[in-house]
Amino acid sequence: MAIENEQPAVGLSKVAVSETHGEDSPYFAGWKAYDENPYDESSNQSGVIQMGLAENQVSFDLLEKYLEEHSEASSWGIGAPGFRENALFQDYHGLKSFRQAMANFMEQIRGGRAKFDPDRIVLTAGATAANELLTFILADPGDALLVPTPYYPGLDRDLRWRTGVKIVPIHCDSSNNFQVTPEALEAAYECAESMNLKVRGVLITNPSNPLGATIQRSVLEEILEFVTRKNIHLVSDEIYSGSTFSSSEFISIAEILEAHDYKNSERVHIVYSLSKDLGLPGFRVGTIYSYNDKVVTTARRMSSFTLISSQTQHLLACMLSNKEFTENYIKTNRESLRKRYEMIIKGLKNAGIECLKGNAGLFCWMNLSPLLEESTREGELALWKVILNEVRLNISPGSSCHCSEPGWFRVCFANMSEQTLEVALERIHKLMEQRKSKET
Amino acid sequence: MVAMSKIATGNGHGENSPYFDGWKAYETNPFHPTERPNGVIQMGLAENQLCFDFFQKWLMKHPEASLCSPEGVRKFKETALFQDYHGMPEFRKAVAKFMGKVRGDRVKFDPDRIVMSGGATGAHEMVTFCLADPGEAFLVPTPYYPGFDRDLRWRTRVELVPVDCESSNNFKITRTALEAAYEQAQAANLRVKGLLITNPSNPLGTILDRETLKSIVSFINEKNIHLIGDEIYSATVFMEPEFVSISEIIEEDIECNRDLIHIVYSLSKDMGLPGFRVGIVYSYNDAVVSCARKMSSFGLVSSQTQHLIASMLSDDDFVESFIVESKERLFKRHKYFTWSLSQVGIGSLQSNAGLFIWMDLRKLLKEKTFKAEMDLWQVIIKEVKLNVSPGSSFHCQEPGWFRVCFANMDDNTVEVALMRIRTFMLKNNEAMVPRSKLCRRSSLKLSLSRRKDDFITSPGIMSPHSPLPTSPLVRART
Repeated sequence: MAIENEQPAVGLSKVAVSETHGEDSPYFAGWKAYDENPYDESSNQSGVIQMGLAENQVSFDLLEKYLEEHSEASSWGIGAPGFRENALFQDYHGLKSFRQAMANFMEQIRGGRAKFDPDRIVLTAGATAANELLTFILADPGDALLVPTPYYPGLDRDLRWRTGVKIVPIHCDSSNNFQVTPEALEAAYECAESMNLKVRGVLITNPSNPLGATIQRSVLEEILEFVTRKNIHLVSDEIYSGSTFSSSEFISIAEILEAHDYKNSERVHIVYSLSKDLGLPGFRVGTIYSYNDKVVTTARRMSSFTLISSQTQHLLACMLSNKEFTENYIKTNRESLRKRYEMIIKGLKNAGIECLKGNAGLFCWMNLSPLLEESTREGELALWKVILNEVRLNISPGSSCHCSEPGWFRVCFANMSEQTLEVALERIHKLMEQRKSKET
Repeated sequence: MVAMSKIATGNGHGENSPYFDGWKAYETNPFHPTERPNGVIQMGLAENQLCFDFFQKWLMKHPEASLCSPEGVRKFKETALFQDYHGMPEFRKAVAKFMGKVRGDRVKFDPDRIVMSGGATGAHEMVTFCLADPGEAFLVPTPYYPGFDRDLRWRTRVELVPVDCESSNNFKITRTALEAAYEQAQAANLRVKGLLITNPSNPLGTILDRETLKSIVSFINEKNIHLIGDEIYSATVFMEPEFVSISEIIEEDIECNRDLIHIVYSLSKDMGLPGFRVGIVYSYNDAVVSCARKMSSFGLVSSQTQHLIASMLSDDDFVESFIVESKERLFKRHKYFTWSLSQVGIGSLQSNAGLFIWMDLRKLLKEKTFKAEMDLWQVIIKEVKLNVSPGSSFHCQEPGWFRVCFANMDDNTVEVALMRIRTFMLKNNEAMVPRSKLCRRSSLKLSLSRRKDDFITSPGIMSPHSPLPTSPLVRART
């Protein structure tokens, strides 16, 4: 139903009829192909394999085991005496025990190198809501946020759709592994100014989606220095922090602030979620951690529109308060993701495909530029269609992530079984073999 | 200092309203039967706490509805992964069925028109984003729920224009008032995009009759504006007359462009589950369904909760008995509460729904002003130690009305509250402004007998639909 392009008889809002919801992007078109013909190990072996969805399915056995062993605690007790209190709890401060558990969990992920105050944690229904909410608080309609490319396509909707705020890209390229540079920051700022846009902040995703790599300490320092100099905000989306393959490689902006004695920290806000690290996207668990009291208060009030179900807060408070469980989970999850990453990198290498060196996330950033007929966005989309329709893999084209260089693709590896990943790698291998034999 | 947005620094959050002041008094000294027997009793929170035993019984019989139980854990992974903004089909089917049952199966709801949101709070904001641009306006009949000032305006930057309703005709929404509000908006250069009605009404506890609903439908069609029907209290209609939903009216012999009709629903009031954040937008307009569904990404219902609710509301026996039992308990509580108040000369608007009464304390005001209302309210909070909500916070045009919630406490607390009210009225009966020669206030001695068939209301507050015998006079028994 292409309703978005029709003017309905009775008016809807401009927001409603705009296309800023972003669903016409190829990022989502591939999903359609998958929905129509999904791969299944037993019943549909020729179907499309979904590699465009950044889900973490490698650690569910740990979660299920916890639930089996702690059934009473995580539900409402025998006879459900706890049901009433839980069902009535709608305080936008959120369950104290849950905020405490989240703070502890975030500390553990950072190896204790940063401390988090539970009273600075604001709860939202997913990071999607958190990013939008922060944008409402930090910027006025028509203002701009600077975001390094390539970036998660959902940000186009989350930061812009209902807020009326604009995104100005900070261009990054493969010459230095897509790292943000001071020059790129300045260029983006000047670009915004030349368009008469007031820049209100920078939003970084660390570890990066789609790059699958953490941001280096020196780069974080440079970004912090830049936002301080311009007197603007810094939002650090750290939803993949627990999915770094080794604990020591992730450096949070919180650690940088700690090293600076929290000077100038009132401009920094961290977004977190359990959708990726814990693999619970359905539960809608997002948080905003701000070092700015006013932002915390305002965000808390705004969270009324998007609170986390108290039923879910209760379950996760129990789970994440269990230090033994969380320590083991974090360690095992990292290990499982690393193994998966190594498996896909090896398989791609055998097929003659290079990827950006990654150390985090649920995906790798694959370089198919040598395969492009022409080094353009159209060339990239043409290749993407071949991969979708002939190889039957749904992967995400770099252009949908606003990558300035054509030929890069994000490939998810944690949302399937190892067997399915093997099948995907075989198909890629076959494609490359076919291409090679065509050339000779 | 690094700046925040205008939305963030303004007062659009609405928390400076007196609606919330009483809550602060409650929070610093909340009533507890043994630990704080002199604490403030919370009567400003419209919660439905009368049926939790029902849920508990059902949960014990259906452990598989919880993902945490040994029986339910096998569904954990697929549920935890489910983030599709269409929502679980079982959830939508179950909610659609529930909504139909609440309306006596007189209408059917299409599960594919059900869109999730972060509670009714999220639903209202989301619908506003879909229907109106910044600077445009919705008409809202007064008195109305204070939260609308935030939910419909804060981040959307849409304006609200009140449709004035008065006690002289029991706060009916008249065509005249609607037209006047529309003209007022035009005069202020505001483009009206819609009319929001809450039916059953918060704070009145009354339902809209068929004539009013038809008049409203004809009005919005004539002006080609949207109609948003907030029906979150639909299952709390505990006595005749029967609830008529906007969904029923449009099926009747009436000219209506269905693209204008949208319903906001939630399980927070009807089922007493505010913590679970189950908000619903039901629109007859395909474009709105499509847009709202995309927007629901910002406030989806937790799949864990969708799973629980789907199980619960798919159980026809449970649903049917819940609806009946809930009404019965609300009826009893309402009847006892209003009767007890009438015994001490306090009347309220005749109502048959909701979790509160609209109490008439006009005769206790020192003067007919909102300042006097605030003064009286301070007395009620500080001396009587009850947090009730002053009518002015609901934008009521007449001072002296208070919303008093009765379903968010147990029987014992109700007794304590009534005792405090009785004490206060006894102390103050000499201070009351005489309204009629027939009120022998100086020799007022109040009977504390519980003859529950004696049902007296204050003069002028008779609903034309009241089935109960009422006396037009306050009659004191010596």
